[in-house]
Amino acid sequence: MSTNTNAAKTLSRIVITGVGLTAPNANNLRDFRAAVLSKKSGLVHTEIRHMGIQAAGLCDFDEARHQSKKMRKRGTRAGAISIYCAKEALDDAGIKLDERDPFTIGVYIGITEHGNVETENEIHELYQNDLKTEFWSHHHNPRTVANNPAGEVSLNLGITGPCYTIGAACAAGNMGLIEACHMLRLGEVDLALAGGISESPHTFGIFAAFKAQGALGEHEDPTLATRPLDTRRNGIAVSEGGCLYTLERLDDALARGAKIYGEIVGFCINSDASDFVLPHAGRQMECMKRALDRAGLKPEEIDIVNLHATGTSMGDIQECEAVSSVFGYSDETYINFTKGHIGHCMGAAGALELAGNLLSFEDNLVHPARNLEELDPKCALKNLVYGEPVKKKEIKTILNNSFGMLGINSSLIVKKYQS
Amino acid sequence: MQPTEVRQIVLDIIADIALDDDVTKIDDSIALRDQLDLDSMDFLDIVMELKKQHKVEVPQEDYPKLATMESCVTYLTPKFQALQ
Repeated sequence: MSTNTNAAKTLSRIVITGVGLTAPNANNLRDFRAAVLSKKSGLVHTEIRHMGIQAAGLCDFDEARHQSKKMRKRGTRAGAISIYCAKEALDDAGIKLDERDPFTIGVYIGITEHGNVETENEIHELYQNDLKTEFWSHHHNPRTVANNPAGEVSLNLGITGPCYTIGAACAAGNMGLIEACHMLRLGEVDLALAGGISESPHTFGIFAAFKAQGALGEHEDPTLATRPLDTRRNGIAVSEGGCLYTLERLDDALARGAKIYGEIVGFCINSDASDFVLPHAGRQMECMKRALDRAGLKPEEIDIVNLHATGTSMGDIQECEAVSSVFGYSDETYINFTKGHIGHCMGAAGALELAGNLLSFEDNLVHPARNLEELDPKCALKNLVYGEPVKKKEIKTILNNSFGMLGINSSLIVKKYQS
Repeated sequence: MQPTEVRQIVLDIIADIALDDDVTKIDDSIALRDQLDLDSMDFLDIVMELKKQHKVEVPQEDYPKLATMESCVTYLTPKFQALQ
């Protein structure tokens, strides 16, 4: 295994060697791939405090698989999701931590927000206790600090390298991966666990806020609560989930004979600087173009573009305008999205949606979007896949978009590994 | 309230904290930390639950008196009896 602080690592190639995930419709990569190909929904109706019955995406992974009951009770749902994904990714990668220097491992977890669930619960308890703050839990601070999900992974696995979260609204899932690339190339770590997580459906505030914004998806059938790009779309379905990858420098991965899912060949992060919530097509276009430039690829060399596509009226139109301006002339580029299947997994969205497409490098299929039947003419992208899966001769590149509030954009390009 | 009842109250609280341990095998004379997976946050949980569930206050300077089950019962029994 290589050592730290080696300047030659600056231009290292970074590869994905393991995936651990939980989504509202699957708890591992292969099942998730089967679910997106077969249009399996993960959306259900559930009771949300103060909000009544709402559509949401909930995960059913076994919390006790990698975490003691005591530590689960002490920690957070976000921590439990993170621990599950981290351990599953390591197992998938065939990495045994007791054979590693724990200081050379980093954890980079994208989050949209953190601490709202615990704060809402404490305030609820406060009102049950006649507003007596003496009953406020001493667990509140460690549960709500922004690094909690990564910190719980560190504690659970004994990882002593840099472990932290990256707050980037709904662009965060890509951001965890990008941070990992930086840290691997700097030689700060030799192995990274990176991606994004979300526990959002366990807070009523996010539902109430989207409702107030006119952006909360609703339907009597919960599986139809969010319909990105469809003329009948009425908003977002709030979901939880997580997806963490093991990332390594290529030479390290090859040295240990690792399975390689793909190589991260380009990315870009930029900001709109224009509005708190409304996206900006021009900045999104710029983000994709710069990611392509950095990857040394032309638009027609991208096989799949995953849309962020949240199911809001304006957001979908803005993104489609941006994607059309970059890929509109390409006959080879196919477009899909995953939120119709699983809702909006917030901080996990980018990482999970990449996972939904990642195995296309093996099966050469473009999975279809779900819940799109009446395409909004303003979202009529060429090669949009929403019926049956599309088979290509070979799929070699994926561009994964993930955008967030306060105008943060991220585009990540993953390429099929070729020596 | 009798010491046996106080012991059961403390045991129930600990059982809800040390969820992965078998609390039926606690040796009352040995430090709880030496036989269960308990740390400082867990002892704060015990103090909090005594206050929440039973209105029994344990000031910080008295935390060492919760070291063993035996010392818990000795210390807490008069407090529970005073509430009656």
